[in-house]
Amino acid sequence: MSRPVISIRGLEVGARSRHGMLRPLRGIDLDLPRGATTGLVGESGCGKSMTARALLNITPNPMRITAGSVLLDNGAAGSIDLARLEPDGAPMRAIRGRRLAMIFQEPMTAFSPVHTIGNQIAEMLTIHERLDKRAAKERAIEMLDLVGMPNARQRFDAFPFNLSGGMRQRAMIAMALACKPDVLVADEPTTALDVTIQAQILELLARLQAELGMTVLLITHDLGVVARNTSRVAVMYLGQVVEETTTEALFDTPMHPYTQGLLGSVPRLGSRHGKRERLPAMRGSVPPALSELPGCAFHPRCPKAVPGLCDVVKPAMAEVAEGHRARCLLYPEVLVASKALEAAA
Amino acid sequence: MTTSMGTPLIEIKGLSKRFPIHSGLSRRVTGEVRAIDGIDLTIMRGETLGLVGESGCGKSTTGRAILRAIEPSAGEILFHGEHGTVDVAKLGRTDLKRIRRKMQMVFQDPYASLNPRMNVEEIIAEPLICLEHMSGRARRERVTELLELVGLDSGYLLRYPHTFSGGQRQRIGIARALALEPDFVVCDEAVSALDVSVQAQVLNLLIDIQERLGTTYLFVSHDLGVIEHQCDRVAVMYLGKIVEFADTETLLRRPKMPYVEALLSAVPEADPHVKRERVAIRGEVADPANLPSGCPFHPRCPYAQDVCRTAAPTLRQVEGETGPHLAACHFAEALTLRGVGA
Repeated sequence: MSRPVISIRGLEVGARSRHGMLRPLRGIDLDLPRGATTGLVGESGCGKSMTARALLNITPNPMRITAGSVLLDNGAAGSIDLARLEPDGAPMRAIRGRRLAMIFQEPMTAFSPVHTIGNQIAEMLTIHERLDKRAAKERAIEMLDLVGMPNARQRFDAFPFNLSGGMRQRAMIAMALACKPDVLVADEPTTALDVTIQAQILELLARLQAELGMTVLLITHDLGVVARNTSRVAVMYLGQVVEETTTEALFDTPMHPYTQGLLGSVPRLGSRHGKRERLPAMRGSVPPALSELPGCAFHPRCPKAVPGLCDVVKPAMAEVAEGHRARCLLYPEVLVASKALEAAA
Repeated sequence: MTTSMGTPLIEIKGLSKRFPIHSGLSRRVTGEVRAIDGIDLTIMRGETLGLVGESGCGKSTTGRAILRAIEPSAGEILFHGEHGTVDVAKLGRTDLKRIRRKMQMVFQDPYASLNPRMNVEEIIAEPLICLEHMSGRARRERVTELLELVGLDSGYLLRYPHTFSGGQRQRIGIARALALEPDFVVCDEAVSALDVSVQAQVLNLLIDIQERLGTTYLFVSHDLGVIEHQCDRVAVMYLGKIVEFADTETLLRRPKMPYVEALLSAVPEADPHVKRERVAIRGEVADPANLPSGCPFHPRCPYAQDVCRTAAPTLRQVEGETGPHLAACHFAEALTLRGVGA
């Protein structure tokens, strides 16, 4: 297998606060294989969006990358560690937008409300590709056309508020893809949209990815979107990846009790077990990013937690089946790896 | 199915809500949006009726209009209570207040629907004070009882909303709605803002409460998976009209209206082995201020014929083995549409 385009190792993001150390990311390890779509799932507060932002080095103030690396494959020149670049320095800004691009959940807040969408797309082409104004406009119209915007030439002069939610999301995709980036980070790109429009947007993304050979990180809380649109998936819980494998394996044989609980608690369309049957709900909810739990972060909610083990030992990530990694002490491989890690520390 | 033998609790006839569009300096009325366009709906005692559709179809407006949280423009809302039938749409202020004891609402956003300056006891006790004039020890006992009913610790009485998680807040909202033991509760996207693990907890809680108190729910949601799990019967809305109505199983497995087929096929299946074939529908929902002629769905419908562009179909009985199955489509019988599941 070729080198992954992005290789995240031990990534931590944190900030000091009045109440103690906030740690939204607590050591993320994640590879994005070239040309594939990797899904990142989990409930709110688990650190999905923070991972996306750390990847682009745009962590919101006062959050800072405190440890770890984000390696961007740079061909023959080796790789660049984005985590070491100044967030607003010239080298980072040359990469962001050009090689890495992002689309957000709410396009209304991602666009400037006082500039036309066409000018916003053209601006980035004049900066990154040094196109003159006329050429940038033509390329922007081309991009709007590519994402299926009807009457692209007229819509060039539209303001974000002139467009419907689905059309705004298309415009944002056009902007993100204008410089043909290697990696696209899509943070809940369809969460604000209706299902019929969601299906259109996801189909559009898949088509463009195939055409442009892009690598995509798709962040979502919707397991249906993951099942249909990704080839690998990482599941996050409290700032860590707790399970990572192929999409098929994740749905067929989920290994981590959190993943099992997550899959079990979704009412799936077309799988009616009979009405009035209770959903197998997990107890409790995701703890805040301030929490410092001994042992496994999931143990207070875990139906399989073993007292004396899960509330004591910090689980490491280990391969529990071929190409299937999990962070759960119930697997002997993980226990061995965790003990080894503890001894080393 | 238990519901087919039940008695109706609420009968809605010709319910409409039109919002005027003002424009220009003089704020002249230059048009109107028909948010609800003459719908008929019967809700049976003890059932959970789902109301589903995409944004802007009028589902939330319908839920609110039934409680007169917004004033309907026309139509009847017959409420068959213990003391006879009343038309909620025609009630005056005092009578409306009385009927509100029987009809309550759970809102979508657990962050916006609780007053941040009131503690849990004050929030849950508010309906008891306003509508029952309950006071003192009896009131506190009732609030404690309600907290236990929704699975919260009674030690939370004096805490404020900001100290709770989204799921806990939604439980507080449910406790407030249940304070007066209403017959009827409108759940307006009550679990949409919650994470799946918490969503499952709240859905289970709603079922538990229904089993214990016999509550009737109107369950407004855009999530078809949740609707399937929670509802006995379902009405699908499109541009202010009900376009299909049947028991949940029939509607999902054998839809009769092309829009419903497209909607079902657009839901991504949480199983990578199932590649549900999507029925491609073009474009977006039409502007409700400028409705298309004929069938409101015809510009997006893959099966549209000439007649669909000129004549609006009425909602009519198309099949009736398992209770009423209504659809608004000229070709409901002729088309073989795909549903979900085996």
